[in-house]
Amino acid sequence: MCLAVPMEVVEIKGNMATVQVGDVQRRACLDLVDTFPDVGDYLIIHAGYAIHRIDPEEARKTLEYFKEILEYEVSG
Amino acid sequence: MKYRDEYRDPELADRLIRAIRQRSRTPVRLMEVCGTHTVAIFRAGIKTLLPETITLISGPGCPVCVTAQEDIDRAIALCREPGVTVATFGDLMRVPGSESSLHQEKARGADVRMVYASLDALDLARRLPHRRVVMLGIGFETTVPTIAAAVRQAKQEGLTNFLVLSAHKLLPPAMEVLLSAAEVRIDGFLCPGHVTTIIGTEPYQDVVKRHGKPCVVSGFEPVDILQSIHMLICQLEEGRREVEIQYTRAVHPQGNPRARALMDEVFEPADSAWRGLGKIPGSGLKLRPAYAAHGAENHFALTVPPGREMPGCRCGEVLRGACTPLDCPLFRQRCTPTQPYGPCMVSTEGTCAAYFKYHTA
Repeated sequence: MCLAVPMEVVEIKGNMATVQVGDVQRRACLDLVDTFPDVGDYLIIHAGYAIHRIDPEEARKTLEYFKEILEYEVSG
Repeated sequence: MKYRDEYRDPELADRLIRAIRQRSRTPVRLMEVCGTHTVAIFRAGIKTLLPETITLISGPGCPVCVTAQEDIDRAIALCREPGVTVATFGDLMRVPGSESSLHQEKARGADVRMVYASLDALDLARRLPHRRVVMLGIGFETTVPTIAAAVRQAKQEGLTNFLVLSAHKLLPPAMEVLLSAAEVRIDGFLCPGHVTTIIGTEPYQDVVKRHGKPCVVSGFEPVDILQSIHMLICQLEEGRREVEIQYTRAVHPQGNPRARALMDEVFEPADSAWRGLGKIPGSGLKLRPAYAAHGAENHFALTVPPGREMPGCRCGEVLRGACTPLDCPLFRQRCTPTQPYGPCMVSTEGTCAAYFKYHTA
């Protein structure tokens, strides 16, 4: 039930955003999100509300960290 | 799809599994306390990929499953009241109460509506001014702010017919109860990603400091979960005990202060009864006095007889990690997803439903 999906913001009107993943569009309320988004940002959507704006830099770092630490672990 | 496919990369997953195998020496038991993790672990077949030293156990992570029988019975009593429309997230509909379910009540004519969001229930209250619309407040910290937002909105609009039956649950107190009871050995926790998006890492400090168990806040894709297991194994093998965040793209250590402030404005901690765990002090939420006019308990007499759980049902033990569904004689026999006997088989996130769908004997 804590399922929440990353969706891209395609439009913002007041406190409501239209968000999209694949072909699915939904409306999401922005009253809870910690950082107000722009169009093109990705939000984590849970039960009709955006609960988080994904930090692209953190997402990139996680993936790089995976790769680096694993090179070390597997070769070491 | 962005922020999803890259965390399903089979090559990366394969390398993580090798890293886990290399690192893991001591046998450990790790518990996930989020139903979405339970399902993701099964769907990706993670249990079969791990070395024998690592056992994953499912805990009380499915909100519908941990809802006490009395609270189900209260919801059923509410939908029998004249002039009441009950709005609920779908999973709760088929959970058997002591003598009926919301689904059965609906078939008998009760006005029970499935909603996707608290905002939909708010819309119902606007469209049905002559009825009282009761939103069933089931869920952990991820969901609570969405209910709080609806309650605040209702108060601002003067929608006095929008009510909430709060059976919300807070996860960290349940984790501590499991550790204190010591019925089941738990060496570390995969902490719930989206719950922690809201609450941040501070609430797990007691688990780490008082109980000495490492915590890693995990995302939901296979690579996220494997990395989180790797991080837990590293902590355990190195003798470290910390709260670490694997899911940094969605979790800040301080959580989401805006959502938490709203949650604190509308709700205050209360004792709450859990299926399988009993009453846990401070593990639930009730409306603060300023919002009490929206509390269903202040409009209806909601005292119900003590809940009668289904005889032979082992959901309580499953929720504590004290047994697996395979230990329950009803599993796959009298209890299936089409004819569920206990709540862990009803919810798609229930441990029994996950075993039924993915576990091949």
